[in-house]
Amino acid sequence: MTTEAPATLAEKLWETHVVHRADGEPDLLYIDLHLTHEATSPQAFDGLRLTGRAVRRPELTLALEDHNVPTDSTVIEDPVSRLQIDTLRRNCETHGIELYQLGHRRQGIVHVVGPQLGLVQPGMAVVCGDSHTSTHGAFGALAFGIGTSDVEHVLATQCLAISRPRTMAVEFTGELPPGTGAKDLILALIAEIGANGGQGYVIEYRGAAVRALSMEARMTLCNMSIEAGARAGLVAPDETTFAYLKGRPHAPQGADWDAAVAHWRTLRTDDGAAFDRTVELDVSGLSPLVTWGTNPSQAVPLSGRVPAPASFTDPAERVAAERALQYMDLTPGTPLREVPIDVVFLGSCTNGRIEDLRVAAEVLRGRRVAGTTRLLVVPGSVQVREQAEQEGLDRVFLDAGAEWRLPGCSMCLGMNTDRLTGPQRSASTSNRNYEGRQGATARTHLVSPVVAAATAVAGRLSAPADLG
Amino acid sequence: MEPLITHTGQAVALRRDDIDTDQIVPAEYCKRVVKSGYADALFARWRQEPDFVLNRPAHAGATVLLAGRNFGIGSSREHAVWALKDGGFVAVVASGFGDIFRRNAMNNGLIPVDQPVEVVQELMAEAERDPSFTLTVDLQQLRLVVGGRSWPFEAEQRARELLLQGLDTIELTMRRGELIEAYERRRPSWLPTVPVGSGSEHATGGAR
Ligand code: SF4
Repeated sequence: MTTEAPATLAEKLWETHVVHRADGEPDLLYIDLHLTHEATSPQAFDGLRLTGRAVRRPELTLALEDHNVPTDSTVIEDPVSRLQIDTLRRNCETHGIELYQLGHRRQGIVHVVGPQLGLVQPGMAVVCGDSHTSTHGAFGALAFGIGTSDVEHVLATQCLAISRPRTMAVEFTGELPPGTGAKDLILALIAEIGANGGQGYVIEYRGAAVRALSMEARMTLCNMSIEAGARAGLVAPDETTFAYLKGRPHAPQGADWDAAVAHWRTLRTDDGAAFDRTVELDVSGLSPLVTWGTNPSQAVPLSGRVPAPASFTDPAERVAAERALQYMDLTPGTPLREVPIDVVFLGSCTNGRIEDLRVAAEVLRGRRVAGTTRLLVVPGSVQVREQAEQEGLDRVFLDAGAEWRLPGCSMCLGMNTDRLTGPQRSASTSNRNYEGRQGATARTHLVSPVVAAATAVAGRLSAPADLG
Repeated sequence: MEPLITHTGQAVALRRDDIDTDQIVPAEYCKRVVKSGYADALFARWRQEPDFVLNRPAHAGATVLLAGRNFGIGSSREHAVWALKDGGFVAVVASGFGDIFRRNAMNNGLIPVDQPVEVVQELMAEAERDPSFTLTVDLQQLRLVVGGRSWPFEAEQRARELLLQGLDTIELTMRRGELIEAYERRRPSWLPTVPVGSGSEHATGGAR
């Protein structure tokens, strides 16, 4: 018997999906699940039409309407948006692809719905024409975003020709302090390694702080791997993963379940396996983080101040900070807690799940949203919305003066009708604070759900502890 | 696609780091269902600043974009690549690229040329001094050439060959049909599927 060399989880996942390997060629990988939506698929289906190709395995693709749908009505007024939605509907009809459209009881954001249905399982290879596909790595699945040409390639062949990534271990040591969560964890990592620190890597998140996270928190963590430039993020599956999956509509059942779990237990990095890079981060001193700039790596503790460009030693970072502060209209030295906020957005594939709504509702219970501030609560899916209503969370939000909206990407990306207007400033639980992300001249501060809720009450960036 | 072997063209310097695909094409332009006609979307927000470098007539004919570090990060939107192509660009020279952007670019015949910061800085200075500054991107030799000097760059081998020959990557994968079928026979039976109707009222209740 030969013993195989120790391997990382990422390497194991990769190897099990290789259909073909040859020198000088990228590996041909098999894709177990392809998620798709209206915004990045029309041109891919067009390509199939032009070449007369069929979809190889329609039952391995699930389509959703999320990016370009309104969240205050199920009627799409804008003709350009409607055409995009109608195009997806027609394409799914033509090719026999399951579609959960606006108004369907399973509609929602791709990265919220897939896991919720048990469609994403450990060991799978998952792709979507969307960079936040990294979310699904939370299950110990190899999951990454692709462009529209690759969407067409997957539709036609159920495969992707792609070169092997490098591997990175991120070890979170220590225990997360109360009041902090996965959002703070990932913002801290990105601030540490930079917006390109993960480029070319699959990151495996490890350590006691990760093991202690719920599945939803792990999804938040993996979701923003792309904000560090990583190809994908991963958490090895464990009892938390299995408990989450058990009984979900698409999870294996009976003897299949036992066989699956036995396989899933092997999906871990072997002792002695080598990563191309290892980063260690002690989380025991972590406090809630907030971004001050225009890329997610520009984050500091909420208790801190807007940094001065001169404080950056790297000249490029200094120039970037100057530009960011100008765009954000912030003065160095200003305490972040003094920054007034016009709109709070609670939602997105980063923080639009039931646990996010629960912790935010806890902060809002018995309180009122500030008169100068608007709070939008946008559940990530119909299922999340229904669950929240069963728990009475909608009442808490409405009583506080928040808007309780329908599922979708909403204000995360400035594509549908939910956008900031003019120079409005938001505190947002989403994942990108780029210039113009939430509206042409919008200013975005990324925060966790509890900070979002407290900020809505105070009308300025705040943590729950600040509310007294 | 037309084969792409070498390109010589005028360069323009966009002195910014971390240019994300939301800047290259804002989301509202991604509502369209077509693959071309995105010239108006290219850097749409920055174009509103009168002195934005791409607004200057001297750079109107530029086909090689020189940018800072970490170009094309963020959203997977291939619209960013389509817009650069519609804007007349054939190559982007930068220090590092977002992984998805790099793939998208090669899939569309836009060449991402990764160079050290010092090289890009030097080329930017040239392009700013002389708007007619021209360079050559040689995909055959994998070299960036300016006058008598040249720098090597890397490109994923298969993607490069496909571009050189103007071949269709899907066609190439389809030739592996038997291997794909063999793989499909090995897949565990418990893996999920989503046939049409699996999410309907009747088909739920845990059954697969
Ligand atoms: S919620 Fe935002 S980040 Fe997530 S899929 Fe939608 S647009 Fe993309």
